[in-house]
Amino acid sequence: MSRKVFVSVFANFDTEGRITPLSFKWEDDRIFEIDKITNVCKAASLKAGGAGIRYTCMVCGKQIYLFLEDNKWFVEGK
Amino acid sequence: MERVILHSDLNNFYASVECLYKPELRDRPVAVGGDVEARHGIILAKNYHAKKYGIITGEALWQARQKCKDLIVLPPDYKKYLKFSKLARDIYADYTDRVESFGLDENWLDITGSVHLFGDGKKVADEIRERIKFELSITASVGVSFNKIFAKLGSDIKKPDATTVITRENFKEVVWNLPVNELLYVGRSTHKKLRGYGIKTIGDLANTPVKYLEYWLGKWGYMLWTFANGYDTSPVSNIAAKSFIKSIGNSTTAPRDLVSNDDVKITVYVLSESVAARLRLNGFKCNTVQIYVRDNGLESFERQGELEMPTSNSDVIAKKALDLFEKNYNWDKPIRSMGVRACNLVLTGDTQMSFLPEYIKEQKEDALERAVDDIRRRFGHYSIGRGLMLCDSRLSNLNPKDDHVIFPISYL
Ligand SMILES: [Mg+2]
Repeated sequence: MSRKVFVSVFANFDTEGRITPLSFKWEDDRIFEIDKITNVCKAASLKAGGAGIRYTCMVCGKQIYLFLEDNKWFVEGK
Repeated sequence: MERVILHSDLNNFYASVECLYKPELRDRPVAVGGDVEARHGIILAKNYHAKKYGIITGEALWQARQKCKDLIVLPPDYKKYLKFSKLARDIYADYTDRVESFGLDENWLDITGSVHLFGDGKKVADEIRERIKFELSITASVGVSFNKIFAKLGSDIKKPDATTVITRENFKEVVWNLPVNELLYVGRSTHKKLRGYGIKTIGDLANTPVKYLEYWLGKWGYMLWTFANGYDTSPVSNIAAKSFIKSIGNSTTAPRDLVSNDDVKITVYVLSESVAARLRLNGFKCNTVQIYVRDNGLESFERQGELEMPTSNSDVIAKKALDLFEKNYNWDKPIRSMGVRACNLVLTGDTQMSFLPEYIKEQKEDALERAVDDIRRRFGHYSIGRGLMLCDSRLSNLNPKDDHVIFPISYL
């Protein structure tokens, strides 16, 4: 089981209304750049407990899921 | 062309949503209970771990706790359930625009027009189940058939997370051996009557001459006979999400028995304020007010009356409720519980405009009530209130219980 960690996100909103997260700030104020987004879909997070739009992101060479649910962003923390 | 109708039922809906948000509870017996603190709380939903202990929906919380002392009971969070209900409907909308809600967790889909795009009924049903599981983490059971009644039966046959197909070829084997009360709209009293005539299964019902059924049950007899034979042709209507709330009511078991009209007045105003606030919150007005009264001998009755025009005003609702009460109660016994319900709802935007003085007065009162809503939202419920509430703070401090009544719409 893992934690639901809410994060603040820096994102780009394009003229079509698409949202692309660029980086996010972790609980300890460290900022992580998102190098690449490999998939976007609707999904539930069983680990963190939530459901919304799931961005599959590459961060520091690792794959993480970043979720957008009701205007709040979260990741599945350890 | 043969119709292709799906009935999708989200399994253990309230409990499944709660367990998604509380991962630590997923492997434990969990129930959602109405009015957890009060002496009359009941089980609204439970997960499969709780089901293993024999806990059933509708039973008292204390009974459920006797069956399973570690049962975790959570209060309902309708906002969340409405959200998930809507998310499920968004998935259905990818396959058809003909989606009819039956409560928050059940929907019929008519996909006749889209099988050439997405594949046959079973394929679409399986795909929908997979998507609901992936996107919402909830399992669904889906029935597929050529009419709504059998589609609904199909979704009950195998749970959780399964598709059941009922065709013209197999319905006699699949449906006719089922107990007759599994059929939609065979309620307790109809079931009792049918049992009295030796009708135990849906097949028995189907094979009873329809004129007997009409004689015993009136027009319901004919309708149930058509259901049992697979002759139902009612369409899947497109019903918007908001319209599943058919009435909004609040009821309470009073902190002490009510013994006078003054006691009733306080209680009715507390209930009416809550009902009116919820009407406004959901964008409704009501045309009818209903009261429910139960005395301390546990005798109860309901009465309802029409309003002159639709309202979401607590004073109008309370006055109507008190009027109904005074006309129908002679104080044989003290009162144990009361309810006030707003029925016959219309959306606020749909009410007739008028320059009549009553209408202008109503608008002013509406503005006043909304101002009170706003003050309460910002500073708390007890920051503002009627003088009446100070007469007996024990009565006026009661916490009315929300009870959305979610009625099926078709057939009624
Ligand atoms: Mg269900």
